[in-house]
Formats: sequence, structure tokens, C-alpha cells
Amino acid sequence: MKLWIAFWNILGKDLRTYYLKPPNLSWGLIFPLAWGGMFFIKSGSGLGSIAELLPGVVAVSILFGTTSMLAVTVTFEKKNRSFERLLLAPIPFELLMLAKTSGAICFGMLNALVPVLMAALLTDLAGVNWSVFTAAIFLIAVSSTFLGLLIAVAVSEIFEAQTLSNFFRFPMMFLCGLFFPIALLPVPLQAISWLLPLTYGADLLHGTVHGSHRLPLALNLTILALFCLALFTLSLHQIRRRWIA
Amino acid sequence: MPAESQPAIAVSRLSKSFGAVRAVAGVDFTVGAGELFGFLGPNGAGKTTIINLLTGLARPDAGTIRVGDIDCTARPRAAQHLLGVVPDESNLYPELSGFDNLCFCAALYGLGKKERQTRAEELLAAFELSGAAARKFAGYSKGMKRRLTIAAGIIHRPAILFLDEPTTGIDVASARRLRQLIAQLNQDGTTIFLTTHYIEEAERLCRRIAFIVEGRIVGCDTVANLLEPEREKYGLLVVCSEGMPAQPGLRNLQDKLAAAFPDLAFTIPAPEQLRVEAAAPIRVAPLVRFLEEAGIEVAEARRLRPTLEDVFVKITGLGREIMGREKEKRGNGG
Repeated sequence: MKLWIAFWNILGKDLRTYYLKPPNLSWGLIFPLAWGGMFFIKSGSGLGSIAELLPGVVAVSILFGTTSMLAVTVTFEKKNRSFERLLLAPIPFELLMLAKTSGAICFGMLNALVPVLMAALLTDLAGVNWSVFTAAIFLIAVSSTFLGLLIAVAVSEIFEAQTLSNFFRFPMMFLCGLFFPIALLPVPLQAISWLLPLTYGADLLHGTVHGSHRLPLALNLTILALFCLALFTLSLHQIRRRWIA
Repeated sequence: MPAESQPAIAVSRLSKSFGAVRAVAGVDFTVGAGELFGFLGPNGAGKTTIINLLTGLARPDAGTIRVGDIDCTARPRAAQHLLGVVPDESNLYPELSGFDNLCFCAALYGLGKKERQTRAEELLAAFELSGAAARKFAGYSKGMKRRLTIAAGIIHRPAILFLDEPTTGIDVASARRLRQLIAQLNQDGTTIFLTTHYIEEAERLCRRIAFIVEGRIVGCDTVANLLEPEREKYGLLVVCSEGMPAQPGLRNLQDKLAAAFPDLAFTIPAPEQLRVEAAAPIRVAPLVRFLEEAGIEVAEARRLRPTLEDVFVKITGLGREIMGREKEKRGNGG
């Protein structure tokens, strides 16, 4: 059994049929543009503020792109029972779920490129540590995707997937230090912030883009990787418990 | 591929509950390699749950499952390369074409690009879908969807094929064509596990049949052996054209008939029909005379051959109307 054939075909089909469709691509373009524009105008400090805004816009683009798409596509396939085809395939369960989530991870990383390219046109990004930046956007995409998977397992209808996604996403936008420093939040909320994976991703991005980070970059990367592992393990456990019970 | 000498599927004391509902209650059966085995029962009897348990889509609470020499209780996904599954609802990808659906399903089993394309073309031709190969699955008719779903189930040439209600909800011509394809697949060596609530379908296709009711197997044997006790009985269907009383009078008529012909058993399957059963040959003339004297005009009286439906009714204790009602609810398919 050539497992890679199954893996690439699941990924390829998802990219073709769900992610690289014009409505999704336009969402991937418009959403970061709107957020970037909003905060740029709000800051009132001209092009100099772009480097400070970029990490937040990148993180929010990935978060919304991945969680929306994965939760909706998995719920859709579960509802029309085509997901059963995947569960019946002779592929290790972990590999199957990695293949199923890889499309969303790629989509999230593509979403992140939009604000980066815009910022590159408007300001000097020469100081950015691109290897850490790439690792950060990859890990943010992975953790957000697995969060979307966890949401997909918890719901049975597509509208529930959207609602539950927003329940997590909107608070994360304000609690994870994307646009407002965590230090400015009330202390109880700060405690919640450090329980959310995006906090570490945002800290990484702030660190690589303009050097303002609270934790060492290696520690952020490690914690974010551990969040990815924990969310994936929890999602698989939940799928086995609820869908293959 | 299971060896010829051992069963393709062996199930022992299999049980599964969903909350307080016991869906499968200590089921035992085997399916021989190359056999076409039928699972017959009304809706909610546990047929689909058993398929899910056998194919690794659900975990049993108790019991063992072996597919060939693989212990699927310990390793539920270990036999999946041997299995093909056609679920009770066509569940291919609506946004993909027929051809792309088959290629994708083949890729899930590791077939290379050229091989999966060739196999997809072969199956599209065999299932008379070549003309619709480029059309999206969402635009297929129900019969076409069922055919493509079966094609997807055998794209990787499985040793064992699970068919869950394959002809439900499709027109008579498509159902007949599907039955021919199923018989052909079995002749070509595929072990087939067929669930259905169409008694005639099971009788026509299967060598052995298990009756399942409320999660229990209440009878399991070859079709010939199941029919054998019924062959010693005599049956007559009397069709009346006029004079049959309406509902309260029917009971009265049945009582009068029972009193006049104590050796015969009477049932009324439809308002204008009278079914007669006996352990000895039935004399038609006195019966017709009795009915005509009661003002009922007899249009036809024909001898009934024993059917699997008779066996089903006898073994399960369910009324004849149960499976008929399933047919009406789910479309003809017959």
C-alpha cells in the first residue's frame, strides 16, 4: 500500500474542491486587507505602524482562514457521509487526519502571505527573521487547523461549526496580544491569554518582525509545537470516541 | 485474501448498544469465502450497525470479528484493504465528476495514477456510465448514483464487498440491472455481504440468509433449507371481485370460515384477497361455494408456492405487512 498516494490525493482533492475556489480565495484576500486597513487607519501613525500591525494581521488571517474552512469542510463531509469513505480506507488514522488537515494548513499559510506581501510593498521588512517567521506562521496554521478540527468533531451542523468557531476566534483576537499588548489586559484575562496557543504565535511574530516579544523565541516555538501536538491528539481521541464509537 | 478453507467473515457473540438501545445482541454467524450472504430484516433491526462493526466504522461492546485470518476485534482497521463498502446512501463527492470520484476512491487504496484511470474507465463502462463520466456526481439520477457508488466500492478489487440496501429507492429497471451486476461480481469470486429488506431480492441473489430482528439473528440457513418446511404446506390465494365486506365484517367472515373449515387457516392480506393455508391439499370447490353463498364473487383461486416471505413471517413472528411497509416507505426498488 502506497500511503503517500492516498495522502496526496486527499490533500489535492481538498485543495481543488474546497480551498482554491474563487470565493475562498477572495475571502483570503479581502479579510486580511480589511483588518490591516482598519488598524492602519485607527493607529493614525502612518507607514511606520505597519511593522507593528503586521503580526496581528498575519495571525488573524491564519486563524480565520483555517478554522472556518476545516470546521466547515469536515462537518459537510461528515453530514453527507463522504467522510466515511476516508475512515474506511486502509490508511493509518493519524496519517488520514493529517492529510485531511493539510489543505487547511496550506490555505492558512497562503492567507498569511497576503498581508506580508502588502507590508513588503509599503515598508522595509529587511530586519525580519524569515526562518522563525515561517516557522511561526506554520505552527499558527497547524494549531488553528487542529482547533478547527476539534470544533468539527463537536458539532453536527455546518452553522454550528461557524458559531462555535466564532466563540473561540473573536475572544482570541483580543486576548492573544495580536493588536493590544497582553500586559494591558486585566490580570484574570492575562491568565486566560497564556492558555491560548495563538498568544505564543503572536509573540513569535512580534519578536521576529519588530523585536518586541515577552518570551524567548525558542520557548514560544516549543510551547506552540506542544499545543499542536495536544490539539491533534485530543481531536483524534474525540473522533474515535464520537465517530467510530 | 482469506484462504478457501476458512470463512471470509466469522462473528461470535457480537454486541453493540447505543445508550439504552441494544442494536446488536450477541450475534454469531460466518460467511464463506466466495459466498453471497444475505442479511434480511426490517428497518432498525441492526443490519447497518453490523456492517459498521464489521468494517471498522464502529466498535463492538463485546464479541469477536475475524475477517479471513485477521482478528478485527484487536485491530479494527487491519482488514480494510480487503473490504469494499457500499453504504445505504450514495456517499460519493457531489462536486467531483463520476470519473474523478472513482479515481479518488482508487487513490485511497494506493492505486497508481495510470492504474486508477484504467480501472475507472473499465468500471464506468461495466456499469454503463461512460457517457456520464465527466458529469458531476450531484447531477446523477438515483440509479446512476447507486451504480457509481457500487463501482467505487469495488475499485480496489476487494475480496469482500458489503452492500447495504443496494436497491433501495431506485426504479425497478435500475434495481434489476444492479442485481445482475451483484450476481456477476459474486460469480467473479467476490464474497458479498448483502443487507436488504426486500425478501424477493435476498431469495433471488443469496445462497444463505440470516433473518435479523431487534439485533438478534432468529434464523440462518441456505435458502433451500429455509424453504424446506414450507414445501410440506399447501397454500391458496383466493381473489374476490365483489362482495368482500368492509373492516368489521372481515373479522366476522374469517370466524365463519374458520368454523366451516377447521383444517384450514385463513388470513386476509388485502381487502379483496383471502389467503388459505393447510397441512393437506386444499379442496377449492367447497370453499368457493361457501364464499359465493355468502355473497362474495370469486374471480380467481391460485395455488401459492412457498416463499421466503412465508419463512420470514413464521420465524420472526412479524406480520407480512412489515416488510411491505418498508418497501413503500423507501421507494419501490423491487
